[in-house]
Parts: sequence; structure tokens; C-alpha cells
Amino acid sequence: MSSMQPIAAPLPFTLKTKLSVDRVSMVFERDGNRTEVLNNINLEVGDGEFVCLLGPSGCGKTTLLNAMAGFLSPTSGEIKVDGEAVRRPNPRRIFVFQERGVFPWLTVEGNIGFGLSKVTKAEREQRIAYYVKMVGLQGFEKTYPQELSGGMKQRLEVARALAVNPDMLLLDEPFGALDSITRLVMRGELLRIWEAERKTVIFVTHDIDEAVQLADRVVVMSARPASIRQIVNIDIAHPRDISAPRYLELRDGIFQQIGLAHKV
Amino acid sequence: MNALSQPAKWERFFWPVVATGLLLALWYYSVRWTGTKVFPSPREVEKGLAELLRHHVLWNDIIDSLRRVAVGFGLAVLVGIPLGLTLGWYPAANQVVNPTMQILRPISPIAWIPVAIIFFGVGDNAAIFLIFLGAFFPIVVACINGVANVPSVYRRAGRNFGLTPPQLLGRVLFPAALPQILVGLRIALGIAWLVVVAAEMIAVDSGLGFLIIDSRNSGKRYDLVVAAILLIGAIGLILDVAFRRLETLRSVRWGFRHES
Ligand SMILES: Nc1ncnc2c1ncn2[C@@H]1O[C@H](COP(=O)(O)OP(=O)(O)OP(=O)(O)O)[C@@H](O)[C@H]1O
Ligand SMILES: [Mg+2]
Repeated sequence: MSSMQPIAAPLPFTLKTKLSVDRVSMVFERDGNRTEVLNNINLEVGDGEFVCLLGPSGCGKTTLLNAMAGFLSPTSGEIKVDGEAVRRPNPRRIFVFQERGVFPWLTVEGNIGFGLSKVTKAEREQRIAYYVKMVGLQGFEKTYPQELSGGMKQRLEVARALAVNPDMLLLDEPFGALDSITRLVMRGELLRIWEAERKTVIFVTHDIDEAVQLADRVVVMSARPASIRQIVNIDIAHPRDISAPRYLELRDGIFQQIGLAHKV
Repeated sequence: MNALSQPAKWERFFWPVVATGLLLALWYYSVRWTGTKVFPSPREVEKGLAELLRHHVLWNDIIDSLRRVAVGFGLAVLVGIPLGLTLGWYPAANQVVNPTMQILRPISPIAWIPVAIIFFGVGDNAAIFLIFLGAFFPIVVACINGVANVPSVYRRAGRNFGLTPPQLLGRVLFPAALPQILVGLRIALGIAWLVVVAAEMIAVDSGLGFLIIDSRNSGKRYDLVVAAILLIGAIGLILDVAFRRLETLRSVRWGFRHES
């Protein structure tokens, strides 16, 4: 991998590869117009790793995540999970939309238990209770999403995903619609859950601070057609001090990479 | 709730009562001033209603009408919902039948009366067939649109959790489309109640529609005609109000705007 991608930080060799994206390109054709969205993406993600995909709006982050989930197949190249080509969606990797993905016709319990139709009733109830607690929705088990706040709905969607015990979570700007305070809280919550469950997490964002706060590695993508510009190792232990020199150095490096001066 | 958007409780009853009173007064004085011998006054209608109730025929007529609506509407639900969901699910199939549906849909069920009588003879089945026709199309169309309008995030979430296509239909598309389907059912029920009266005037010899025709034909009893008309309105209103209660069920309430 490093021979094709000299700028990429190598995958920490202690981790086994979970996801590999191999020379993936994507071209959309609509009404005779060709839109080149992804251009030769190569990426390896280790088991249990937290990777942020960072890039300008419209560059193709969602498209790449959809391809990883199996909702789209790439025009060329291949995506593999555990060495097996991704062809269709699978409960082993759950895509988390912004809070819009929770089912309004089901209660909190019903949503969390949605993917659990194959387990016994007792186990289902136990898992629901466990994840209700994990995302802090105790007391809201019988509540419908309509009556929850945006942050609560987002946590509910994460709980619904975790309840089926996937290996991988694919999150598409999950906190994009939340206010800045709730976003900060939710980042902390997500890290806490990730540290407890050690799922592989692919997290799409266009917020540089968010990426540097959360990720083991930040994949910086170019404007459309997206290619990988750089993969930045965030070698800071959690919990991260967001005023530490190393944090600022990494963040500013990415700002420069993207070509933004961070003065307004 | 704020005072600007919500009238006080007494006002919500007071003004409608005043309006109804004024209408009754207008009716009463119109009958007096024109000196008509044919059209009944409110008082005569009230007497007519009492007479109908005393002779017990009224209850049988009401029950017959309701029964025809229940069967015709019920059949339309049983056939229309699965068909509509399927057509919404397979846009290709929808494209095949859509032109036919668009031609049949605007035809008043009344236009089918002669056809219904050829098929079923004079009797219950002809009336039920007409009600079925009237209720069927709004239900099918509501299901097609309901399924087509389900946001793609819900479909994709369902697929992501490993649902098979029938499960996806039952556990995601149907509940997601249910609010819109209920709106279609409510429209269909209203049409069914319109159609039953018309059908009973021609195809059968019982029910509220027959009561109207019969009252006119056997002695020009316009007091009974008007009494039956008012009764039809009242029952239609009750059906609609009862049906709207379904909209407050918790698993569909998200799809309707309700004051909290
Ligand atoms: N199904 C499609 N058909 C045609 N073009 C598409 C399709 N899906 C996405 N695109 C185009 O691909 C490009 C990338 O879209 P994508 O949603 O992946 O961007 P993104 O990086 O997620 O952007 P954002 O940060 O705004 O969410 C856009 O220009 C979009 O118009
Ligand atoms: Mg996106």
C-alpha cells in the first residue's frame, strides 16, 4: 500500500486490516453528463481503528462511504472488508445517517431493537436495555423520536447501529445538524462508546477540529474528483487537550494542506 | 397553546351553535314567507324524524347502509392496500397499469350503476360493487404515493439491517407510508358514504338512499326526505370524526400535524 501511496501514513502494523479500498474510482452519469467523483482512492483501515474522512463539501465523501457500506458499487476498483469484496449492504457494517435515519413510527426501544429480530426475546430485551443505558436514554424507552431532541435522536441512531453488534460503523457527518455544544458532548460520547466497544469507525466530516479531536488517522481528500491528499496520523492519546501544542500543530498542518488560512 | 391561535373553549362551541341557529331560522322563515306547500319547515322535519324512529324502519335503513359501506369499503381496503403497496414498490408495474387507472379514476361510480345492475342484478351486491369502485382508487393511489414518498434513508437503513424485500415492505415502507395511506382511507370512506346513498336510490330497496326515494314516491313526504338527508349528513360526520381518531395513534402521529 505504501508504495502506491507514498504520502500516506502507514497502517500501524499491530492492527489487522479490516477494510481495504483499492484503486476505487466513481463516475456518475446522468442525462449524458459525466461527473467524476472519486479518483483512484487507496486506503487501508485497521481493525478497531477510528478514521476520519475529511474533505470539502461535494468532494465525494458520502459517495465513498456509500460504496464502503455496499449501497453503491464503484465504477472501477474494489472495496474489501475482511478480505471479502463488498457487494451489498450488510448488518456487519452499519451506516449511520444524520439523525434523520431513526424510524419515527417506532419508540426508542423499537428503534434500538429494529435489527434484532433474529435473537431471542430475552436477549433482545437485554440488549435494548444495555444500549439505552449506553447512550443515556433511560426513561425514554417508550418515547417516539418526534419527542426527542436532535442530539437524543442521534444517540438513538448510534444505539440502533450498535445493538446489532456490527464490526464497523460508517458515520456520515453524524453531528452536522447539531448545535456546537451538543456536538462537543456527542464527540465525547462517541469516543467513550468507541473505547468500550472497539468497533472500526469511519467518520465523515468537513470539520477539521472534529477530525483531529476524534480520529486515529485523518484522511484528507481533495476537491472533486476526490483523491487522497494526505493521511495524517493523530498521535495524541485520548482524552485530547485541544489547546496542546501537538494538537494545534496537527490541526494547522491540515488547515494548510487544505489551503485555508485559519483567520477570519 | 396560546390565546392567539386557539379560541377559548366556550367560543369553540358558542359560534358554531349560533351559526346553526341562524341557518335554522333562515330555513324556517324562508318556508313561511314563500308559503311553500312542498318544502317542509324544521318543525315538520323534526316530526318526520320522530315518526321514522317510531316505526323502526329507520334503524334498519341505517344498518343496511352502514353494512353496505362496511363491506364495500372493507373489500376496497383488502384489495387496494396490497395492490397499491406493490405498485409503489415496483415502479415498472405501476407504469404498466397507471394509464388505465388514470382513465378509470375520474369516472363517478354513479356512471357504473347500469353496469353494476347487469353484473349483479338489483340488490346488495350491485350497491357494494359501486361502493368498492368509489373507495378503491383513492386507496390505491394513496398507497402508491405513500410508498414512493418514503425517504430513501429509511429504505437504506432497512436494507442495511439485512431485511429481505418482503420484510422491508412490511417493516419499513408500510409503516413509513401509513400516515399518507390513512389520509387516502379517510377520503375513500367519505366517497363510500356518498356512493351508498346514490346506489340505494336505484339498485336496492332498503337503506337511507332508498328511504329518500321511497318517501318522495309514496306520497311526496318531503318532511321525511329532508329528515333522511340530515341524518345522512350526521352519520357521515360521525364516520369521519371516528376515522380521524386513528390519526392520533402513536405510531402514525408523527405524520400528522396536531396541536400538542
Ligand atoms: N447518484 C448520483 N448521481 C449523480 N451525481 C451524484 C450522485 N450522487 C452524488 N453525486 C455527485 O457527486 C458529488 C459528490 O457527492 P457527495 O454527496 O459524495 O459529496 P460529499 O463530499 O458527501 O459532500 P457534502 O460534504 O456536501 O456532504 C456531488 O457533486 C454530487 O452532485
Ligand atoms: Mg455528504
